[in-house]
Amino acid sequence: MKKVIALVAALTLSMGMFAGCGSSEPASSASSSAAASSEAVSSEAASSEASSSEAAAAVSGVVNTDGSTSMESVVKALAEAFMAENPDVTVNYSGTGSGTGIESATAGTCDIGLSSRALKEDETAAGAVSNVVALDGVAVIVNPANTVEDLTVEQIAQIFKGEITNWSQLGGADLEIAVYGREAGSGTRGAFEEIVGVEDACKLTNEYSSTGDVIGNVASNENAIGYASLSAVGDTVKAVKVGGIECSEATIKDGTYAIQRPFVMVTKDGAALSDAAQAFLDFAMSPDAAEIIAAAGAVSANA
Amino acid sequence: MEPQTKRRSTLKEMIELLMRVIFTVCGFIAIAFVLIITVYLIISGLPAIREIGLVDFLFGTRWASTDKTNPAYGILPFILTSIYGTAGAILIGVPIGFMAAVFLSKVAPPKVAAVIRPAVDLLAGIPSVVYGLVGMMVLVPWIKDTFDLKAGDSLLAAILVLAVMILPSIISVSETALKAVPKEYEEASLALGATPLETYFKVSVHAARSGIAASVVLGVGRAIGEAMAILMVAGNSPNMPGLFRSVKFLTTAIASEMSYSSVGSLQRNALYSIGLVLFLFIMFINVMLNLFLKKDKE
Repeated sequence: MKKVIALVAALTLSMGMFAGCGSSEPASSASSSAAASSEAVSSEAASSEASSSEAAAAVSGVVNTDGSTSMESVVKALAEAFMAENPDVTVNYSGTGSGTGIESATAGTCDIGLSSRALKEDETAAGAVSNVVALDGVAVIVNPANTVEDLTVEQIAQIFKGEITNWSQLGGADLEIAVYGREAGSGTRGAFEEIVGVEDACKLTNEYSSTGDVIGNVASNENAIGYASLSAVGDTVKAVKVGGIECSEATIKDGTYAIQRPFVMVTKDGAALSDAAQAFLDFAMSPDAAEIIAAAGAVSANA
Repeated sequence: MEPQTKRRSTLKEMIELLMRVIFTVCGFIAIAFVLIITVYLIISGLPAIREIGLVDFLFGTRWASTDKTNPAYGILPFILTSIYGTAGAILIGVPIGFMAAVFLSKVAPPKVAAVIRPAVDLLAGIPSVVYGLVGMMVLVPWIKDTFDLKAGDSLLAAILVLAVMILPSIISVSETALKAVPKEYEEASLALGATPLETYFKVSVHAARSGIAASVVLGVGRAIGEAMAILMVAGNSPNMPGLFRSVKFLTTAIASEMSYSSVGSLQRNALYSIGLVLFLFIMFINVMLNLFLKKDKE
């Protein structure tokens, strides 16, 4: 009996946790089952709309986006705004990683792929079309207690290659540097290593598989240095200046901040998008979306 | 009168037959899943091993799956880390779990046991991500400060988390085995003048040894298959294992790279091969478990 009570208690607790997570963002459930059910709902809504002979211009349907986890906040913000204007459309987001996102866009398993890096040659050869929606700065982050404020790209490269191993070499406290990075294949890691010029040469102390993990661990470790999308960086960590230039939306947009990358919506060459997907893509590429993209922490490429 | 009973009996037979078919189908579904997964793992795991070479794959010490100029796919660091991590967890978890089982089954007053038992069950029900979270927030900073390291994410942190995670299975299986020891054995021992503690450790534990061994094997199985919790505390750099070093397990190697590897690439295929190696490990452990349980029955 006690076992049952304990189990029920644990279940209730965990249900509460899930409910808490879900309710904050009702619009952007990521699972495909949600997609299936919402498809049913929206087609129902569409048919009832047709019978009441409303405006024919409204689009309806489901738009499945799939890819980069770094683009989550931008895509979810765009999706929310788009769905507010087009209540019959459901935009789903699934965070699988840039590589998978491009792959599913060219394979046709999703409507729009999401990539947080420029497309590679073999990917465009396979039919992937790049639509740059926004620009994102990769911020180099340290613990707020760290006194180092400014690093050059070269110094950052030396830190990540293991040539500089103590903060005192950079004018900071006498602490060994713990170098945090992302796992192999991550879009943020790819962008950072390519721009800083440390491809395949990084000596990472720890590897984390999400942006949140990197930020959380830098926030709790005075020795640490890491990198993350500007859009994800909050008050818990400090973004250092790179070559004297602060990482901000303005410096990314005018191109002075060195470590930046594009956010790309990937479509397939020659394959027509559904009306809903095309409308969503047009919306994301329009100057109107700039404000939403800015609110989500990235910089619009089309405003 | 007679035809009616006959009809009823044929109906019963029909139901009987139908149920038997349903049960059989369900049984075969379970077997089918095992077979499908096995075949799938072998088919998808072998190509990369063939391309990399079995020796280079199993005994290579360098893993650099996305290196553009000189990729390497040696998983010896992962294998050793998984073995060391599991061994460490067993070394810490088994004595604690074993003592707890003796306490629960023999020494504890019924009321105390009634409180501890559900607590142990609850421990088994905690999602592994919660273990990882607590490890990340509490254990990792503690290790960093205590041992004056630049980062606390390490094999040690993973071992400590795993040791706690395997406790429930060790405690409950050992306890069941200890409880199944016939009362006569213990009574005889006590009647011969042995103290209660002597009786528990020399008679009861001896009689329940294969059940206890099974609990250890079960713990090994859980430890070697765990991914989420250690993903959050182990640091995940593909180093050769060291107690204070950031390490990657077989499970976390798959979990951390799978989402970003592109389909059909050697990186992804090598991850399947790691899955195959892990599968073989767990198969071996299951065979051991069955051997112990069979012995227990005899």
